[in-house]
Amino acid sequence: MVGSSVSGATAREAVVSLRGVTKRFPGVVANDRVSIDFRPGEVHVLLGENGAGKSTLVAMLAGLQRPDEGGIVVGGEPIDISSPRKALDLGIGTVFQHSMLVPSLSLVDNFILGGPWWKRPDRAGAAERMRARAESIGVRLDPFALAGSLSLGERQQAEIVRALMRGNRCLILDEATAMLTPRDAEQLGALMCRLAAGGLAVVFITHKLDEAIAWGDRISVLRRGRNVASLGPEDLKAGDVAAVTAGLVRTMFGADAADGTRGPEGRRRATPAGPVVLAAGDLAIDDDAVPVSGVGFTIRAGEILGIAGIDGNGQKQLAEALAGQRPIRAGSLTLNGRPIDRAGVGERRALGLRYVTDDRLGEGTVGPFSVATNLVLKQIGEAPFWRKGVEQPAAIADHARRRVGAFDVRTPGVGTPVARLSGGNIQKVLLARELTGTAEAVVFAKPTYGLDVRNTHATRGRIREAAEAGCAVLLISTDIGELLELADRIAVMSRGRIVGTVDNDADARRRIGELMSGTTQ
Amino acid sequence: MGLFTEAFVASLVLGAVVAGVPLLLGGLGEQLSEKAGVLNIGLEGMMLIGAYAGFVLAYETGSAASGFLAGAAGGMAVAALMAVLCVRLGLNQIVIGIALTLGAEGITALLHNVRFATTYPRLDAPETLAIPVLSRIPVVGPALFDRPAIVYLAVLLVGIMIYVYRCTYLGIALQAAGDRPAALDAAGVDVVGTRTVAVLCTGLFAGLAGAFMSIVASGVFVPFMTHGNGFIGIVLAMLARGRPLRVLGGALLFGVCLSLTTALQVAGVDVPTDVIQMLPFATVMLVLVVAGRRASLPPALGSSYERGAR
Amino acid sequence: MNVERTTRSAAWARAALFALGPVAVALLAGALLLLAMGVDPLAYYGYVAGRGLLSPSGLQATLTRMGPLLLIAASLIVAFRAGIWNLGGDGQFLLAAVSAAAAAPALAAHAPVWLVLPACLVLGAAVAALWSLLPALLRAFQGINEIITTLMMTFLGVSLANVLIKLVFRDPATTVPQTRTLPVADRLPRLFDTTVSSGLLIGLVAVVAVHLVMTRTAFGLKLRTVGANPGAALHAGLPVPMLTVVVFGISAALAGLAGAVDVLGTQGNVRADWNPAYSLTVVPLVFLARFNGFGTIAFVFLFSVLSIGGESAARRLGVPGYFSLVIVAILLVVLGLAEYLDQRRQRKGED
Repeated sequence: MVGSSVSGATAREAVVSLRGVTKRFPGVVANDRVSIDFRPGEVHVLLGENGAGKSTLVAMLAGLQRPDEGGIVVGGEPIDISSPRKALDLGIGTVFQHSMLVPSLSLVDNFILGGPWWKRPDRAGAAERMRARAESIGVRLDPFALAGSLSLGERQQAEIVRALMRGNRCLILDEATAMLTPRDAEQLGALMCRLAAGGLAVVFITHKLDEAIAWGDRISVLRRGRNVASLGPEDLKAGDVAAVTAGLVRTMFGADAADGTRGPEGRRRATPAGPVVLAAGDLAIDDDAVPVSGVGFTIRAGEILGIAGIDGNGQKQLAEALAGQRPIRAGSLTLNGRPIDRAGVGERRALGLRYVTDDRLGEGTVGPFSVATNLVLKQIGEAPFWRKGVEQPAAIADHARRRVGAFDVRTPGVGTPVARLSGGNIQKVLLARELTGTAEAVVFAKPTYGLDVRNTHATRGRIREAAEAGCAVLLISTDIGELLELADRIAVMSRGRIVGTVDNDADARRRIGELMSGTTQ
Repeated sequence: MGLFTEAFVASLVLGAVVAGVPLLLGGLGEQLSEKAGVLNIGLEGMMLIGAYAGFVLAYETGSAASGFLAGAAGGMAVAALMAVLCVRLGLNQIVIGIALTLGAEGITALLHNVRFATTYPRLDAPETLAIPVLSRIPVVGPALFDRPAIVYLAVLLVGIMIYVYRCTYLGIALQAAGDRPAALDAAGVDVVGTRTVAVLCTGLFAGLAGAFMSIVASGVFVPFMTHGNGFIGIVLAMLARGRPLRVLGGALLFGVCLSLTTALQVAGVDVPTDVIQMLPFATVMLVLVVAGRRASLPPALGSSYERGAR
Repeated sequence: MNVERTTRSAAWARAALFALGPVAVALLAGALLLLAMGVDPLAYYGYVAGRGLLSPSGLQATLTRMGPLLLIAASLIVAFRAGIWNLGGDGQFLLAAVSAAAAAPALAAHAPVWLVLPACLVLGAAVAALWSLLPALLRAFQGINEIITTLMMTFLGVSLANVLIKLVFRDPATTVPQTRTLPVADRLPRLFDTTVSSGLLIGLVAVVAVHLVMTRTAFGLKLRTVGANPGAALHAGLPVPMLTVVVFGISAALAGLAGAVDVLGTQGNVRADWNPAYSLTVVPLVFLARFNGFGTIAFVFLFSVLSIGGESAARRLGVPGYFSLVIVAILLVVLGLAEYLDQRRQRKGED
């Protein structure tokens, strides 16, 4: 379903152009002399991995950031997009990666946000216009529903409708498919192509290659803040998909990194025949949003079980319950045959169960505390770091230096507050803390989320090492490629249940996709 | 029962109005700030400055109206300081709030000492505005419907705030500023500006509340005269969870309890003031214990907003 | 963190600069205010220093005043470092003061002083801790904001203290409602040959102990983890609700100890409607010191000098003692601004 809106037509004048835009943040150049033209009637994909500078470009187009150098040209005139309001007035509408709806307001109130303060809003009229606009793109929505009560997909549709109502020239979608099921993502792709056909300039930001190739009329590849490649319709139409993909992989990741990012798919090796280490039977976990029930699995020593699924289908709840942070309502959980479903976090850790959380700053670490302290955060009060409850700074610092060395944490010192480190190094601190000592079973939650190529590579290496050292590994990930690269078996979670488990063989990708979409149920 | 004599009821109602109006004004003001995501611990200080400024001008000009204007301006001046420090510069709201309260206590006591410590002048009772027909209702009529105009204004404010929250763009923007400021920003509305307006209005309401205490309720200015009323206002606003009518109800409850002692004395029953003053707080604590529901405060309450910070 | 010792002296120097700079600016602003009031600032400050710091009797009064203030400060440091806004210190203080004031004269008739005083101190601490139990449980298990509940409990506590004085523990021998007065001989011993109450010693020990526990022990780190990031505390397996209740208990017990020390050491009885409102006054001091115990001692000393000297100056120069409140408020605002400017400077430096 390649977009077909511009076939035949000559390229039109750009509505929005970036001209040599540079944006710096402390320690990083987020965008480095980027020049891109966005034309009406096209779906223009900005492709790049996490941290390539896509979101910063979006922020500048939306008026949230301003370029340090270079400028933005809208409708042929150089314009300083000084505020979000200016962007909206220019007809540039943005759907952000993180929802920008106020949960406690109705959709219609969210839509009319920003009118003159003293005036009484015309809610009925706005609701009517919303309905009409939604219908025109084939979307249904209830204007008076509370935004907080909608599903992620519904919220996103509402945000697209809102962006269209205010941005009639250019629509920006930032990582719009991250939270969607494959089927919803397909629908979004079709919608983008329809909108482009209607004359809109659509800018679609993603790190997923297949989406870029499927829906893009043009693709600009960003790497480390630079625009390293641009493909026009002629390139995308001409070559076969495999060749285009290969070319894009090289430009996205650089030749040096290309090997590490995509390992061989298919069964990693023969399923280990070690003893069962971690076993769960018919687990039920309470939660307001996504209750988990009927989850069961066994993981042998040296085995990696992957959990695939769209984010927010109970993976987080499962991981927290396994770690002991959340009570298990029913079911059994054993570690090396010993029931641990009633044990606390500390007790489970002492028995060898480890949990590498995906919320690295929110719960994994305490930002203002030093690297050294964070490395012993789960052992507070234990010898040799504390004796009779009194801190032993030398022992803690010594331990920290060894861990920092072993896990290659790049930090000015072990006394540096952990919040000053980059995301990749914070992840290394977490890995160093969890994989040290006598780990028997390790739960990884989205371990490479938000990491750059090198750190992703290093983290995946650690996961593999943990399994090779005889740990039972549960790997929760939303990145199917990662699961196909690492796992022995892959279970798919949907709406708080495991809907199927497949061996990681040549056909795994297709079957996981089916399970995620619910087509095999 | 012999207790409910005319004199008792009349003095109870009148006392409730006098004690309740400052709480109502302060609570409505605090509610506005909290809705927009600013925890305004400086309310007590704003009321105190309002009480002093209102008293001075009413004393100088002999006009209660100009006193109220001065009170409102005084409250807003403190609020402006709060807005600059907490909303614009993002300093800790609780610490600055306490600092402003302490500073207001000190400065008003100081100024009062310099000017009025020896004379302790007293204002004449402000003119009342009798509402035709209603003020003739026996017993409670004069207590409720023959009051200074500011009393009616305070009650009217409840309706105005309901209208603002429900039926204006400002109400929507305030809600967004407290719930998800980033969304408000992305929609093209200035978060800092919205919160500044909210804090300034809080100052205005609190200043009026203070001026009411010095001009109407007592007719004198005494150092520390707001006597925790600002903190009660904060409690009311937190318990009312964004509903102006609940502030009104709470202010009435507290007002009645605070005036019950005087009324009982009128009726010849001697119950210690302190026991009665405990009633509203004890009731609220009891409700919290029994209901046990999470006090739903705006998610962004107490944190400053900086664009792009996650 | 005491892991990095090399940068410590530099950090100390910076902290000192950041504390003293605002103090100087605040005193200067206060001087302008005095000028505006027609008072010679040099004369005023000279008088305050003379009466609060340089004269033996003034210095002794200053040091005695520090006792309860330091205990309140210790109470606040524990709570704030653990991320809990205990704004109910005044109610806890008063109820403890009343219990100690009621118990001490009664017990003194039957038991030796060395037994009565510690018993009354413990009683005060226990009563205050009990008074904090409700907000603690509501916060720990229902997630109810402790700012509202502790404020309400403080109003309740102040009224309850008055009820107790007027109806239960009233001294029948006096006309004004107050508790029975503890004879001077039965009060907390004075230090050496001075009039300084040993309450100062209790306060100093409490602040230093709290500082060391919070920075050097496993228990302190647990509390700081809960305060800095409750999610991380849960993730690390810390019993957050239990720790919350414990923090409330310790914080309130220290505030209660302050009340007991003030009564047993200085006041001797509690009059009805007596409420020195130390708690809210000490909050800024603790913040100025950034929860550092030693910094807090310095600020409490400064504040005591200002308030004791200010009380004398009030009689002589006609400037009421409330002036010290204004100085503290200006100090806080200036400190906030200094911190803001420092952050901006650092951010620019990183570019």
